Amino acid sequence: MTRKQRRLNFVLLGMLALGAATALVLTAFNDSLVYFYSPSDLKERQIGPERRLRLGGLVEEGSVKRDGQTIRFVVTDTAATVAVVYNGQLPDLFREGQGVVAEGRLDNGVFQAAEVLAKHDENYMPKEVADALKKQGHWQEEKSAK
Amino acid sequence: MHRFANPARFLRAAQLVLPWSAGLTVALLAAGLYLGLLGSPADYQQGETVRIMYVHVPSAWMGLFVYSNMAIASAVALIWKHPLADVVAKASAPVGAGFTFVCLVTGALWGKPMWGTWWAWDARLTSMLILLFLYLGHMALVNAFDDPTRGAKAGAVLALAGFVNVPIIKYSVDWWNTLHQPASVTRVGMPAVDPAMLTPLLLMGLAFTTFFVTLLILRVRSELAAAKIRAIRMVQVHGG
Amino acid sequence: MDGVLGMGGYAAYVWPAYGITAVVMLGLLITSLREMRKNESQLAALKQAHPRRRGRAEEGQS
Repeated sequence: MTRKQRRLNFVLLGMLALGAATALVLTAFNDSLVYFYSPSDLKERQIGPERRLRLGGLVEEGSVKRDGQTIRFVVTDTAATVAVVYNGQLPDLFREGQGVVAEGRLDNGVFQAAEVLAKHDENYMPKEVADALKKQGHWQEEKSAK
Repeated sequence: MHRFANPARFLRAAQLVLPWSAGLTVALLAAGLYLGLLGSPADYQQGETVRIMYVHVPSAWMGLFVYSNMAIASAVALIWKHPLADVVAKASAPVGAGFTFVCLVTGALWGKPMWGTWWAWDARLTSMLILLFLYLGHMALVNAFDDPTRGAKAGAVLALAGFVNVPIIKYSVDWWNTLHQPASVTRVGMPAVDPAMLTPLLLMGLAFTTFFVTLLILRVRSELAAAKIRAIRMVQVHGG
Repeated sequence: MDGVLGMGGYAAYVWPAYGITAVVMLGLLITSLREMRKNESQLAALKQAHPRRRGRAEEGQS
């Protein structure tokens, strides 16, 4: 009985120590675990054009402009915005009001994207339901791309 | 003597459960596949690709569920030395690895058309890949020892240590910015999935669960037979 | 029927996803069944060859 008790305590203590160590490591490396920065993060950090990074947020409604091959749009997290310039193929899900993650460099306040990925939210529904919700005014616009 | 009593009771119970779990798997799979492929609408944003969800999400659930199962069995094996627990852990690992592999591949097939990439090193995808490596590591470690009890013990320690990854996978989408979207079904409040899509999703989830039960019974039976073969051979060698 | 098979232009992603799932699941089922049959028949043969060894090793098999 005591041997079992001792083994139980040992396993519990081991798991607790391991969990605490993992939590510390994850907190310490928080910055590199983040897949993208929001426009507000970028405002705060003052990152130069030499660093390649990812920017994530929502494509601002009405901001997408096509100029031949070049696409310009604005990424917003409702608190701050960053203008993006991109030259290349867009994913099928790329559209205004939807989430987006762009990889590239921040040059003089304009984000030069080398790659653009779409990010979607956790809602799944048929088109008719989405239309009906919009009509009834029950549609909740996303507040952030998270 | 009681070392073999529990496996014997397990084998008797398993004989009763097996036809039910196998039959339920077939029935649930038929209903889930029918609703998932034919009887459910396309998504308002993602179109027909939403149907990948009905295999991707249940396999992700099972990847986590089987690992949690394995960790519990490992704790029982280490603390209470229950003879069945090691067997259950060993029998679970390849099944969990299969589910996790399916989750990663179907996720890539979904990510390419929707996100625009097969893979991203975000916290959710990376932690799920680590889960696959934990399963593969467990399978290798358990078989790496000449003495199966030492292999089982090493595997149990690995399974328990790797369990820290399970909450990381679950909450990665809330703790960090990820390309992967947050949880839809286990969201606080209402699930963010329309009932027409939630029904096939849950049916497939149940089908995968009963399929896991079926496989586990087959694999535990196999492991128990192998253990008896080893025991008989041991007696022969030592001229018992 | 074309609608289902075509998957709205995404057939190249949806069907392989289901295909790979089926292959892995069937693979698991077949290997598990084969392994179990192999071990159980081997055990039965061993028992037959050494009837006097019946003892602790298989007491549970009533």
